Amino acid sequence: MFWDMLNEMQKMSDRFNRYDNDFFGSFKNVYPKINILGSDDMLVIKIELPGVDSESLDISIVDNILTLKGSRINDEKKDQEYQRRERVFGDFERIVKLPFVVDREKIEAKMKNGILILNLPRAEATKPKKINVSAG
Amino acid sequence: MSNKKEIQKQNKQELKGKDGAERLVERKVYIPRADIYTINETTYITADMPGVEEKDLDISLENDVITIHGTVHGDNSEGLDILHAEYNVGDYERSFVLSKEIDQENISATIKDGVVKITLPKSEKAKAKKIPVKSE
Repeated sequence: MFWDMLNEMQKMSDRFNRYDNDFFGSFKNVYPKINILGSDDMLVIKIELPGVDSESLDISIVDNILTLKGSRINDEKKDQEYQRRERVFGDFERIVKLPFVVDREKIEAKMKNGILILNLPRAEATKPKKINVSAG
Repeated sequence: MSNKKEIQKQNKQELKGKDGAERLVERKVYIPRADIYTINETTYITADMPGVEEKDLDISLENDVITIHGTVHGDNSEGLDILHAEYNVGDYERSFVLSKEIDQENISATIKDGVVKITLPKSEKAKAKKIPVKSE
């Protein structure tokens, strides 16, 4: 009985880890792929989205969580005969936890040659402030 | 159709260069995912090459082998730390051996949103022709 419980808990934990963005597992089957670059006051997020219509993208940010939803439609005709099929199609959703809260008013998003680039400046209020110590 | 394992290996697999030769310039090259299908006797190859635009695309044909090469220009992200990387930035290259049935003179290609589409028509000689029967 006890082992069953432990097993169940392990399975739950594994399942949770797979969806947890901070888990550095294998990224072979993650789609679409995201790179996050940044400094102390800004983030640049790049997402590979070849052939995706930017109109289909739904990007939203709440606190420091970025959610990206969209879909890639296979616009080819129905009577095609595949010899090789490697590309991924369909709906996708990625949830990314950002290292700090960003200023939503100043976000820039642009799509170039199939790569979505987001520029996210850090929210002023969250920037670390120096505290001066005066001689007392 | 390739089985799943083969497809996973081809996801951003690093290309060693022709005959295992080393490249002169330190630049990673990856194999882009591609679909190959036929509609009405014309074969199409569509490959995902995010970050590549027309001027960066090089398609060459030699001895029945077509090679697609896309150069990806470095992102202007100097000074930024890499906080999370799921994909590597590099050029794309892939070669395909064409069947004798392809009309090599009339191969064309387009690129849009990081997706290259190559049209390979079947040569007239290879197309099935109906032979009319006249009654004597």
